[in-house]
Formats: sequence, structure tokens, C-alpha cells
Amino acid sequence: MSVATDPSEKFAAYAHPERLVSTEWLAAHLGEPGLVVVESDEDVLLYETGHIPGSVKIDWHTDLNDPVVRDYISPERFAEVLGSKGIGRDTTVVIYGDKNNWWAAYALWVFTLFGHADVRLLDGGRDKWIAEGREVTTDAAAAASADYPVVARDDSAVRAFKDDVLAHLGNGPLIDVRSPEEYTGERTEIPGYPTEGALRAGHIPSAASVPWAKAAAPDATFKTRDELEAVYLDGAGLQAGDDVIAYCRIGERSSHTWFVLTHLLGFENVKNYDGSWTEWGSAVRVPIVQGAEPGVVPAR
Amino acid sequence: MTDALPDALAEIRDEFLALGQQERLQLLLEFSNELPELPERYRDHPDLFERVAECQSPVFLFVEVDDADVAHLFVTAPKESPTTRGFASILVQGLAGLTSAEVLAVPDDYPQTIGLSQAVSPLRLRGMAALLGRAKHQVAAKRAQA
Repeated sequence: MSVATDPSEKFAAYAHPERLVSTEWLAAHLGEPGLVVVESDEDVLLYETGHIPGSVKIDWHTDLNDPVVRDYISPERFAEVLGSKGIGRDTTVVIYGDKNNWWAAYALWVFTLFGHADVRLLDGGRDKWIAEGREVTTDAAAAASADYPVVARDDSAVRAFKDDVLAHLGNGPLIDVRSPEEYTGERTEIPGYPTEGALRAGHIPSAASVPWAKAAAPDATFKTRDELEAVYLDGAGLQAGDDVIAYCRIGERSSHTWFVLTHLLGFENVKNYDGSWTEWGSAVRVPIVQGAEPGVVPAR
Repeated sequence: MTDALPDALAEIRDEFLALGQQERLQLLLEFSNELPELPERYRDHPDLFERVAECQSPVFLFVEVDDADVAHLFVTAPKESPTTRGFASILVQGLAGLTSAEVLAVPDDYPQTIGLSQAVSPLRLRGMAALLGRAKHQVAAKRAQA
């Protein structure tokens, strides 16, 4: 049985208000049976410096990625990881993290690959919780382990592979959520991550440039529905009913955009291309466009 | 190769390798908390510091080589980046008291040898390699000036 949703007015305007909770809501529901709070950060030690009381840590590198193959963990491993954090299949999971919930959204997307039904984000994430002076602790959470079933991962609904992107070209919109410099091809890597580059620079033909953080307000919360529509509908030209593929460099920033398009704006067929630029920009003979214009899809 | 490693760096490496994965993170956190504040004389001199672009958070680094040819490494990193602070602190402690030539002789792959690849991930360890690389680069530049 899942925990009650947050009835706040801001969320009610979104397509799926049940996917967000506010800091006030979380403070009032901490410790409630059936709720597990998960911290997921870019920095692997941040949780240890202080976290929301009772929250558990899931790290995207060490917990969710397969250590050998470039893929997510197996169903068996997922069941093991979640069970060890006290999460069952019916548990309401609220994820929060640093940097506008960038990595939290990525964790949520991976939970979605495994069909976990009730997984939500804390609006404003770690930054807002701390800015409001709410309680944090360095005490390790004593997570009672739970039984999480081994469920097959469904890569067809929200995940796109390179061939899916090739087939999508010219048939639907793509959103490139990287920095403008990466989009134009001035640089192959994210500012600050120069070693995660690709062999070629630029973007996938026809992709619109909408850097992921445009969905966030200065206090790390998501912008309102009206503001988001201005960015993605008026700005990037998406239309209701579009099938959309989002990509970035390795699929983490685009998970954030995937969340916004799917759960806040209500697009029903949005996929995250996690191979993203580190695959596309190094693949042989895939089309690439450089410069500030989306460019045209070459005839096949 | 490893016998060229200065004592302090070797001790830090052995300390990490003696621990289980989870304890290695705790030790890294201890290093993070031990990163020294900048000495008074450098606090108001952001001009002296070089931004470490490889780290996503604002990390700044400065190396001084004194009259006795001993290198001193100073790093600032925000508390929201404890992993980077931990990497910096390992280097500050591990390079303390070394001459410029000894710093330059530190193997570039030191960050990959201290047993953090699994607990921290290889991707994140690149931030530490960048810190070491930039510290050595500054030492080399200062030797050339001397």
C-alpha cells in the first residue's frame, strides 16, 4: 500500500503530481511505514557528511551500473540492492540528491526500467532541504532488509538505443540537454568532465538544444508547469503527442529531462538515450551536425 | 616502480588497501574533513590559484616551492564536494615535505593504486589524477623559473 501523495497546489498543475513531494511533506512523513527515502548524489561521499534522517544511499556508479558491461545492473542484482536498502516492490520511494536532483532523477529512471511503481522525487532535492535548515544526520540508517522480487528490466518503454535513435531521425523530435558548447561542437565533453569525451563533436541532426538545468528554478525545485511549457513547447517546439528522445553525454542529465517531459508535462512516449554522446560521437558513420542550428536529417 | 613512492603516499595507500570497501569511503571522508584551511597569507589571493577544470565543483589549487626547494600544496574545495576534498587532502598530506624533484617523481597513476576504484568508481578517480597532474605541472613551472 502506498503512502499518500503530496496535495500541494504547485504539483497539481503537473501531469503526474504524485511523482513529486515537497520538503514540508517529507518532513511530515519521515518514518512512515511503507516509505523509504533514498539519497542519490553526484558526489559519492556527500551522503556520509549528513543526510535526511532514516534515508539510505544508492550510488549511480557503484550500485546501479554493471561494473563490466556498459549497461545497468541485472534483475538479480537490482533485487539484491533494493532489498538491502529495505525497499520492497510496494514501497513508496522518495529520491533526493545534489545538483538539482540530477542524479536522483537518473536513479528514478533506472527504478522505472525495473517497473518500480511508486517512485517520487523530492522537489528541490538536497539543496533545498539543507537551505531550509531541516534536520540531517550522519547516523547510518539501520535499514531492515526487505524482500524485493527479481523482475525483468524493460528496456523498451523508456530507454532508447543507438538503432532506435537512427530509426527515430526525421520521424520525431530529439532533445539535446548538454551545454551549448557541447551542442555546437566547440567541445566534446561537459565543462568540468574533459576526460569523458567522444571522438567527434556536435549533435544529432534535428535535435533541439535545451540544456537540462533550464527545467530547474534557482532554489533547485522544478519550474512551474507554465514555465516548463514555455521552455519545451514554445522554446523547443515540442507538441502534445510527440514521441521524444532525449540524450546528453552518458544519459544522466537526460534522465532529468525525461522526468520533466514524462511526469511533469505528460508526454507519454519519451525515451532516454543513455548511450548518448559518448556513444554517438564515437560511432562510425552516424550523421552529426555542428553549429547552433539543429540541421537536417540526411536522406537515406 | 613502487619503491619510488614517497613514504607518506605509500602509507596512505597501504592504509586504504588494508580496509574493506565501505571503510575505505569512511577513511576518504576522514581525509576530506582534514583538508587544511588556507594559511592566512593566501586567503585573500585568489589570483595565485589555478582552477582545476577537471573537477565539476569549484576547486582551486596552488603550489609554492620554498627556498629549501620544498613544495607546499594548497587546495580549496567546497564542503558540498567531499570526495574532491578527500582527494585533495590525500595529496596535501602525501606530498608534504617533499622536494620539487620528489613531487615530480610521484607516479601519475598513484590515484589508481589506492584501492578506491570500486568504492568511488574509476570515473570519479580521474578528478584526483587531474589534481596530481596540475600540482606537478605547477611544480615544474616553478622549478623552471627558479
